[in-house]
Amino acid sequence: MKIGVLCSRIRPEEKLLFQEIRCRGHELVQIDTRKCVFDLQENNFFDVDIILERSISHTHAVYITKILQNRNVPIINNYEVIQNCGDKVITSLLLDKYKVPTTKVRIAFTAKSALDAMDELGYPCVLKPGVGSWGRLISKVESRNAAETILEHKEVLGTYHHSIFYIQEYIDKPGRDIRAFVVGDKTICAIYRASKHWITNTARGGQATNCPVTPGIDKICRDAAKAVDGQIVAIDLFESNNGFIVNEINHTMEFRNSIHTTGVNIPAKMIDYLENVVKKGGLE
Amino acid sequence: MVECPECGADVTVGEDAEVGEVIMCSDCGSELEVKSLEPVTLKLAPDEEEDWGQ
Amino acid sequence: MKLGILYERIRKDEKALITEAESRGHEVILINDKEIFFKLEKNELNVDIVLERCISHSRAYYAMKILNEQGISTINSSKAADICGSKFLVTENLLKNKIPTPKTIITFTKDSALESIEKLGYPVILKPAIGTWGTLCAKINDREAAEGIIDHKEKLGSYHHSVYYIQEYINKPGRDIRVFVVGNKVVGAIYRNSKHWMTNKAGKFTIDKCEITDEIKKLALQAKDAVGADIVAIDMLEKDNKILVNEINYTVEFTNFYPALDKSIVTGIINLVEKRYEEVSS
Repeated sequence: MKIGVLCSRIRPEEKLLFQEIRCRGHELVQIDTRKCVFDLQENNFFDVDIILERSISHTHAVYITKILQNRNVPIINNYEVIQNCGDKVITSLLLDKYKVPTTKVRIAFTAKSALDAMDELGYPCVLKPGVGSWGRLISKVESRNAAETILEHKEVLGTYHHSIFYIQEYIDKPGRDIRAFVVGDKTICAIYRASKHWITNTARGGQATNCPVTPGIDKICRDAAKAVDGQIVAIDLFESNNGFIVNEINHTMEFRNSIHTTGVNIPAKMIDYLENVVKKGGLE
Repeated sequence: MVECPECGADVTVGEDAEVGEVIMCSDCGSELEVKSLEPVTLKLAPDEEEDWGQ
Repeated sequence: MKLGILYERIRKDEKALITEAESRGHEVILINDKEIFFKLEKNELNVDIVLERCISHSRAYYAMKILNEQGISTINSSKAADICGSKFLVTENLLKNKIPTPKTIITFTKDSALESIEKLGYPVILKPAIGTWGTLCAKINDREAAEGIIDHKEKLGSYHHSVYYIQEYINKPGRDIRVFVVGNKVVGAIYRNSKHWMTNKAGKFTIDKCEITDEIKKLALQAKDAVGADIVAIDMLEKDNKILVNEINYTVEFTNFYPALDKSIVTGIINLVEKRYEEVSS
C-alpha cells in the first residue's frame, strides 16, 4: 500500500517508521509540510492509501489534517485528535467530561483573574501554555509573589495565546511519572520517567525504565485515549494519593527511548494499526 | 563526507540518512538538516519553534 | 430565564441587548471575561444560557468551549466561533458547501508563500489565518512588497503567522456588503463604501442600506448554515455581477450601522436566545 507520512524534521521516530514501512514492502510517500501548498479550490492532493501524521510543527499538523480530511484522505491521527491533544485546555475539558481521573485545572484570560485562580487552587501550582510540548514554558509556581511576576511576564511579553492561562494543580509524584503508549484500543507498553527535577520529560533529562502495564494503567489509558478520540497517542500519568491520574496526552508521540526499554517494537505496532485501517477500508 | 555549511569541516552522513534528518557537525556543533541525498547536501537546521513537539 | 452575557466591555450593542432582555423580565448576569476563571471539573456559573459578546476571539472560543462541554448552551456555539474566528476554516466550509468565495491558497514557509503569490499574480491579498478587524491584512502590489511583508511576518510573528493565507484580489466597486443574519432570517444588509481597498479600515467608510436580493439572501443563509452559527454578519464582495462570500463575523456589532440597519435586530437576537432556551430546557 501507499503510506504517506506527513512530516518536516525527521526525528529518530520518523526514521524508524520509514524503515518499518519500507521493509514491509509498502511505498513510502514522504510529505514535507514545509513544501506543501494548498489551493483550497482543489480536491486531490496526495495519491496515497493513508497518511500517518508525524509533523513536528503542531500548527502545520492542524491545518494540513483539516485540509486532507475535508477531502476524504484517511489520516492518523486526524484533525480532531490533534486539536484535542495539542491544546491542553481541550484535553483537560474532555478528560473531565468523560470522568477520566485527571488534575484540577483552572482557565483564566488575564493575569489578574489567573492570580485569583491560583489563589483558589493553592500553591504550589503549575502554569503551562495551552499549546506547547517538551516541557517548554512550564512553571511551577511556589507562591503568590512568584505568580504575580510570572503572570505579568506572560501577559506583557507573550502573544495572545499566552493570555489563555492554563493553571494546573501540582501533583507531588514519587520522583517519576509514567508515559504509556496506546495504539488503537491497546495500551502496548509504558515507561517510568524518573528525574529529581519536577519536570520529568526525557527531552529534559528524565531517565526511562520499563513500567509493566497493569490493568489499572491499561484502563485509564484506554479511557483517556477514547476521551480524545485518539488513535495513536501517548498518555502521561501521575501516581497520586488517589491512584493514577492523567496529566497530558500527546498525539505525535516520541518513542526513541522506549523501544529497548520496554522490549516492544512500537513503530511496528503503529504500522500494523495503519495496515488494519486500510484493510478495513478506512476510518469510521 | 560532506562539508559543513557553517564551518567547512567534514561531516559524515550515514548511508541510511533520510531527507529532513538532522545531524550534528562534530566540529562546530551546528545542527544540520539533510537537504538532499543524491547528491548529499546539508543546510543549517531551523531553530526550534514554539509550537514544535509531540 | 437566567441569561448570562459574556463580555469584555459594555458598549452600545451590549447595553441594547441587556435593556431588551431585562424589559422582558429576564435576569441578566454579566460575566466579565477579564475577571472570571473557569474550573474545568465542574461548572459554577448559575445561568440557563449564555450570549457571547466578547471582543477577543480566543477568550470567546475558550469560554464557550468550556461552557458547551459542561452542558451550557451558548449563542453562538463554540464550534461556530472556532470556524468563524479562522479565515481558513470559513473558506473551507464555504467551499465544502459550494458557496462562491475568493480563490485561496494556504502554505507554510516564506519561500512557498512567495512562489504562490507570484503564481497567483499581483495584486494579491495576504491575511493572517486567524484574526479579525482587518489587522495585518495586506494588499500586495509587487514582488518587493511581498518579500518585505513576508520577511517581517517570518521574523516578527509568532508561529501563528507561519501560516500564509493568500487570497486573490477582488476588484470590487468601491464597496463591500455586510449582511446580518439572526437565526433563519436575514435582518438587514448594508453597503460599506470606501476608496480604501479594505473597506472595514476603521473610520474610513460610509454606510448605505443594501437591498436584500434573492441572491444575497440565499448566500447569507447558506453561509450561516455552513459555519453552524446562529447570529452572524457576513461580508460579501461583488465581482463581475456575481457575489462572493468573503468573511463571517460571529460577535455581531450593530448599533454602528443604524439606521441603515434596523434596530429590530436587537429584538431578533433576544427572540433567538429565548427560543434556544426553550429548546434546550425541554
